[in-house]
Order: sequence, then C-alpha cells, then structure tokens
Amino acid sequence: MKNQKIIIGISSAVLILAFVVGASFYKKNQAKQISFLAQENIEVFIRDHSPTMGSEQPAAVIVEFLDPECESCRRFYPIVKQIIAEHPGKIKLVIRYTPLHKNSKFAVRILEAARQQGKFWETLQLLFEKQPLWGDHHQPRPELIWDFLPQLGLDIEKIKQDMDNPAIEKIMQLDMADAVQLKVRGTPTFFINGKALESFGEEPLRAAVLEAINN
Amino acid sequence: MTDLKNNSSAFGLIFLCWLIATTATVGSLFFSEVMEFLPCMLCWYQRIFMYPLVLIFLCGLLPLDRGVFKFSLPLVVGGLVSALYHNLLHWGIIPESATPCRSGVSCSAVWIDWGGFITIPLLSLLAFSLLLILLIIFYRRFIR
Repeated sequence: MKNQKIIIGISSAVLILAFVVGASFYKKNQAKQISFLAQENIEVFIRDHSPTMGSEQPAAVIVEFLDPECESCRRFYPIVKQIIAEHPGKIKLVIRYTPLHKNSKFAVRILEAARQQGKFWETLQLLFEKQPLWGDHHQPRPELIWDFLPQLGLDIEKIKQDMDNPAIEKIMQLDMADAVQLKVRGTPTFFINGKALESFGEEPLRAAVLEAINN
Repeated sequence: MTDLKNNSSAFGLIFLCWLIATTATVGSLFFSEVMEFLPCMLCWYQRIFMYPLVLIFLCGLLPLDRGVFKFSLPLVVGGLVSALYHNLLHWGIIPESATPCRSGVSCSAVWIDWGGFITIPLLSLLAFSLLLILLIIFYRRFIR
C-alpha cells in the first residue's frame, strides 16, 4: 500500500514536471522563432497601411493586434493609452486588425473610412466606448453605430461610400495573414519591439514597455 | 470475492488506467493552454468524460476498490462514443454539416498531424479505447 502511494506520487510529479518543462521549452522556442522572424522580416509587424500614433523615434514600439468588437480590447485600450501618456515621446503604437467577431469587419471598414477623414483614433475610442451597445455578442446591433458616429463631426455619407473600398478588405486580409504568421490566437495581442508578452495582462505589458524603454 | 488490496496485478491495471487518463488530461491542457489550440465542441465533450476519470481512478486506487469499474465505465464509454464520432468526422465519413459545431472552432479542423495520420481526436480515441480494454480485463479477472 505504501509502495503504491509512492508510485502514484512519483507518476504525478513526473507528469506535472513534464508539463511545466514542456511548456517553458515550447514558449521559449516560440519566442525565439518570432524574434528571428522580426529580424528577417520586420514588415510582418508593421505594414505601410497600419495606423500608428505617438513618437516617430520611439524607444518602444507597441504593435497591437485588435478587434473593435472584442471586450478585452475595449478594456485594454485605456490602459495602452495611459502607458503611452506616462512615457511621452518614447512610445509608438501600431494598430493591426484581427477581425474575429461577427461585426468586426464592419467596424474596421468604418474605422478605415473615418481614417480618410483624419478621425481614426477618435472613431476607435468611440467604437470601444459604445461597444456594449452595438457589439453585444448575443444581440449585436452594428446599425447603432450610425446613431452615435455623427457626434465626431464625420461626413457620414462619405463614410458609407469609402467603407466599401476593396482596399480595406485587402488590409484586413494582410493583417490576418501576419497574425497567423505571428501565431496570434486571440485579441488583443501585443508585441513590444517585436517581442511577444510572456504572459497576458496589464502588468506584463507595462513591464515589457519599461524594459524596452530602459534598454 | 477475494480481497484486492494486496493484489498487485489488479492494482497495476487500474494504475495504468489512471496513468492514461492523467496523461490525456495533462496533454490536452498542454494543447489548449500552452500551444493555445482552441478546443472545439466535441473536444470539450471528450474532456468532460476524461477529466473526472483522473480522480475516479485515483480514489479507486487508494485503496484498490472493485467499485472503480462501475463508476468509471460510463465515463469511458461516453468518451469513446464522442471520440469515435469525432474521428469519423475527421475521416470524412460523417459530413461536417451534421456536427454540433456552432461558433468558434470547426470540429473537422486538423490541428496537429504527426506522421501523416496522428491527430488529436485519434489520440483521444486511442486513450478511451485503451481504458475500455483495461477495464474489461479488470472485470473478467477480478469481478466476474
């Protein structure tokens, strides 16, 4: 009986250890692959079409793969803006699209059309703010976007024309292809100077940005 | 019925069952939590059948109890049925339209492909089949 307990104990320990070691090995290997990718092909992180804001000579580049309909992106957006505000002139934010939800593409098309009127960031802010209204996953009502969009002073008729531009579809396709290459499997996914976060969360994000700035 | 407490081959059979269930559990968690594969609906059903087996076999081992057979069998059979269904889907014998997938991940999407034929549902089928075989051996030798 005692021996049996020892056998079970040892087997449990071996399996758990295998999991932990395997996990850290896998993560390291993947981080290595992605940073290798970054040196070979920086374009996969930042495309010419990508909206950017912040410093032009940044110490830290935050690349964020986001989805305007994703609640977690909504929650993270103020945090990202706060981090940028805390380090003036040091950070550049690059937005990449990962439209994974039902109406994400619709929202991205509106975003890109608003961008042509120079109101990308205001529109993104507003879409996140009002997301519970239009982007509820059980009862999405994307048409409600038209109700609050005019408050930004946008030319709505022009938005409706511009948003059907096939170039926007191409941008989303290219962003999604890059997301696949970078093994982005959820939103938001952040890369700081081409490095993935070690774990997801506000603290790891802040730590990675600080590390990039201090180096 | 004889006392099983000191029967090492009976212990060995259930221990092996526990080991298979635990390996399957840890492995599936590795796929979803570390490699970040999204489990599809059918994978979830198989997980529901597999995860409790780790604890049921463990309780059945300490000390070894014949009852472990009847408590684990329904879960093993349930898991086997869902794994079989999942594999039939993968092999294209059942069409995708007949699947319970609604949103998220398609149940016929292939995540891993080792050596050209080993997929995650096949590993699951293998685990449930082994469990059933071991339980049948246990039944014939120590219960019937």
